[in-house]
Amino acid sequence: MAATKPPRCFQDVILTLQTYWAEQGCAILQPYDEQVGAGTLHPATTLRALGPKHWRAAYVQPSRRPKDGRYGENPNRLQHYYQFQVILKPNPPNLQDLYLQSLVRIGIDPLLHDIRFVEDDWENPTVGAWGLGWEVWCDGMEVSQYTYFQQVGGLDVRPVSGELTYGLERLAMYVFGVDRVYDLPFNDPDSATPLTYGDVFLENEKQQSRFNFELSDPEQNLRWFADAEATAKRLLEAGAVLPAFDYTLKASHLFNLLDARGVVSPTERQSFIARVRDLAKGCASAWAESQGSAP
Amino acid sequence: MPQLLLELFSEEIPARMQKRAEGDLARAFGEKLKAAGLDATAIKTFSSPRRLGLVVDDLPSKAADVNEEKKGPRVGAPDQAIQGFLKSAGLTSIDHAQVVEDKKGAFYVARIERAGRATAEIVQEITPEIIRAFPWPKSMRSGVSDLQWVRPLQNILCLFDGKHVAINVDGVPSEAKTWGHRFHAPAAIEPKDAADHASNLRAAKVEIDRETRKALILENAKKACAAKGLELVDDIGLLEEVAGLVEWPVVILGDMDPAFLDLPGEVIRLSMRTHQKYFAVRDPKTGKLAPHFITVANVEAKDGGKAIAAGNARVLSARLSDAQFFWSVDTATPLFTEERKAKLQKIVFHQKLGSVWDKVERVKALAEELCAVTGADPKLVREAASLCKMDLVTETVGEFPELQGQVGRQLYALTKGNHESVAAAIEDHYRPLGPNDRVPSDKVAMTLALADKMDSLACFWAIDEKPTGSGDPYGLRRAQLGVVRIVLDNRLRLELGAWFVKVARNFALHAPLDRASRFMRLFEEGAAENVTLDVLRSSMRLGFLTAFADQFDDLSKGLKRAEEEVLLARQDDPDFEGVTDSTFNYFRAVVLGHFDNVISVVEADRLKGSARDEHLARFADSVEVYERTSEDVYFFTDQIIGRPLLEFAADRLKVQLRDHGKRHDLVDAVFALGDDDLVRIVARVEALDAFLKTEDGANLLAGYKRAANILAAEEKKGKWSAEEATGEVDASKLSEPAEKALFDALAIALPAARAAVEKEEFAQAMKALSSLRAPVDAFFEKVMVNAEDAVLRRNRLLLLSRLREALSAVADFSKIEG
Repeated sequence: MAATKPPRCFQDVILTLQTYWAEQGCAILQPYDEQVGAGTLHPATTLRALGPKHWRAAYVQPSRRPKDGRYGENPNRLQHYYQFQVILKPNPPNLQDLYLQSLVRIGIDPLLHDIRFVEDDWENPTVGAWGLGWEVWCDGMEVSQYTYFQQVGGLDVRPVSGELTYGLERLAMYVFGVDRVYDLPFNDPDSATPLTYGDVFLENEKQQSRFNFELSDPEQNLRWFADAEATAKRLLEAGAVLPAFDYTLKASHLFNLLDARGVVSPTERQSFIARVRDLAKGCASAWAESQGSAP
Repeated sequence: MPQLLLELFSEEIPARMQKRAEGDLARAFGEKLKAAGLDATAIKTFSSPRRLGLVVDDLPSKAADVNEEKKGPRVGAPDQAIQGFLKSAGLTSIDHAQVVEDKKGAFYVARIERAGRATAEIVQEITPEIIRAFPWPKSMRSGVSDLQWVRPLQNILCLFDGKHVAINVDGVPSEAKTWGHRFHAPAAIEPKDAADHASNLRAAKVEIDRETRKALILENAKKACAAKGLELVDDIGLLEEVAGLVEWPVVILGDMDPAFLDLPGEVIRLSMRTHQKYFAVRDPKTGKLAPHFITVANVEAKDGGKAIAAGNARVLSARLSDAQFFWSVDTATPLFTEERKAKLQKIVFHQKLGSVWDKVERVKALAEELCAVTGADPKLVREAASLCKMDLVTETVGEFPELQGQVGRQLYALTKGNHESVAAAIEDHYRPLGPNDRVPSDKVAMTLALADKMDSLACFWAIDEKPTGSGDPYGLRRAQLGVVRIVLDNRLRLELGAWFVKVARNFALHAPLDRASRFMRLFEEGAAENVTLDVLRSSMRLGFLTAFADQFDDLSKGLKRAEEEVLLARQDDPDFEGVTDSTFNYFRAVVLGHFDNVISVVEADRLKGSARDEHLARFADSVEVYERTSEDVYFFTDQIIGRPLLEFAADRLKVQLRDHGKRHDLVDAVFALGDDDLVRIVARVEALDAFLKTEDGANLLAGYKRAANILAAEEKKGKWSAEEATGEVDASKLSEPAEKALFDALAIALPAARAAVEKEEFAQAMKALSSLRAPVDAFFEKVMVNAEDAVLRRNRLLLLSRLREALSAVADFSKIEG
């Protein structure tokens, strides 16, 4: 493997990770075209973690968390950001080493920085998934989530997948020593048109925050949630798992939008989460069955 | 003797689990080795993020030979018995057994001689068993392996007597190797023995000994602070955790933006501790936090740690900016706001116990009553009670739940005309949080702390949410210990059992009126849909308590209606019978108010056949006996809540006293008197303890035991009864000098002891009793109790009865051991 130049900008981090994980035999996928709250929800992870078939994939996933919007005023909180997601099923025995090599590639020298695996058990109740693993610290900063999936959709996963999530903005801010996300160089700072993260996304953060907190229509979203839920159920009954999963993701995002408007009481919140989880579980079981479930 | 070295090399084990895992590993090996005939007296363990292991220095190379005799059946016993014997003794033919004669005849004996197995073989067998059954709090599978371990297990190094012993567990590699520091020295190492293992790893920048790592961290952190004229803020819990996060601790002092020092010190310290695992640093001159922190890295960085210090400082700044934002929001309003109150009304304390605000109201009422005991100012207590939970809905406590109480105090301090006692009560009403935590000594604070805990105890008992062997989700053991400690440390005089009953009654009577109807609804649904007994059980308990709150008529009506429904349902569905029978009986039992029978019906439901019938019959009988009077409320709350809680308090007290070197049987002896004033109980226990340590006390105890044994034996034979024991000694018939002397001594000691007990002068009471020692000894030496003459015998038994009675005035000596 030829030595590569350390990254100099945000997109270099993405390109470096893609190249690196492609070298490890991952299929490099593109972002899923539904609005999701985390890279895990891409069917390439949530569904592919189920069933006996081996699988390796890596991809960037734009993630939307309406509640985290700060109108572009907070230096590191965003309602739209990128996650880099890797899944290896079954996890190879040297996954930790592979992961650490990826950090070296993006310019983190483990003999200069303090890299630690700190207990953090991952759980996503809306899709009935959990796993054990760590958050990976670099000089006290969480740069990745590292998880061995144990259950998805309430089902035991066999074989077990290793899943890595890199918070790209945070990682890049750390690598480039930038304190405000909008100041990150997005492309090559020496190119003819140097762009910062702010050039690309600041306006989006302002407008989307307005939408999330002020302009979205809760009544409409409630209706749409009910519709998405009904459609997902209907599709599941018809045995169309993948479209059903799309509508599950839509329902999940609509719930997040409702939540951002503060119109969901704590009790209702539980009930919404339970409704999405039921859909996700339905998709997970149907998918696992279609894959020829592990014994 | 040969040495065993085992190292389980894995991916990073959570810090909080390592220390316990060392204990579990040592215990499991000790037990399994012992079961295999190997005594390991000195098992040493080690752990770090990536390894867990042990060293046993004194193992023989093989287990002891087994020589045993196994007794078999009689000669000529049925073939079945003979075959069973052969199987259990491992013989192929009865000819291999010997025939032995004794008084009863001839029987077979098998002599079993087994050579001890090689230790290496035993280790090879037990290690996989221990690994597979290891009690990690959470474990996982990895890849395609079936093994459950805390994180992927990468290698099992096992050396016995310097030789590699391969351990086979679900395909996990087992090589005679280990690996050094992940980044500094990742190459394989092949250790010869335990000492070589530890020293080679140390050279490869891994310190396997946890205590050494802790000592290194502490020493270097103190040095780093001292070099700048600063002082480390000790944190034992954090030290333990950090020692589990690094294999090669490197202490680094970092800088913090001094602007953050405006935040309360605890907020800064917790930000550092919870999120970043940093130690705080203070200025020894002012005692206040200094703008620095200590982080412990796992690497000797090429630049001496500059990049690590800078990186950590930036992360801390981001964290503290968040904290600063929360604090600014919280301090913008006074502690009490209607908005916060409304939020507390929405937070569920427990589904059956209402909101946090409901709890505040209950605690306020109770605390006000308790002022009579503590002498606190009721006005201040009321104010403190209204404010004490307000901080639960602040942003800062939302971020740092550990700061509950402290944030409240700080916010309260910002209000005009604040009172120091109210401030103390807001902060300290959760205390003591454990056996070593500070007990509130301010009167207002102790009143609120006591009320907060007693309310939780009585209410959770009332809804049947008690701690069990496996869990105590509401921290009730801690609460009860808190009650015990607050009462004792402040010498508060109260009848604890009666107070618990009072709290429970108040809860039951003031419970929202809709409880009764909700309960009825539940029952009706239960009758119709086979709601499980457990669900009914807790709701009925509530219903039962509420039943006496003017809801009785409704319940009686409901009962009739339910009865009809049950009969109807039974006609349609024979399967319904079993469930409805016990459900229905259960309901009646509750309404009619016999709680013990409620339990027995629950039991009956689990039993089968005649045992079940017997339980149900007993229930039916006693239900008839009970009358429905309002007095019963007290009786039953006492049965369900008062007494069990008092016993629960006694358990906590025993633990507490045991930790202070007092014998648990003395606590039992005093509790058996039925007292529920903890201060008095402890005074008695202490006096009793001191007394029994004297020669007089020990002898008198022996005398008591002898007297009690004689009386018990006579009572058992039917030659003496409790009734007779109340008779008067006929002084004119006392013949022996020793019995006269005892009679005279008792005539003085008994009233003296009673009078002293009355005045709670227990040492004095013991002293009065000790005057009995010589006469008692002489009595047993000279006098024959079971005299031929009936009058003499009666007199002597009466003297012994008096002695038993005299001692019982201070404690139940029958509970004392020895």
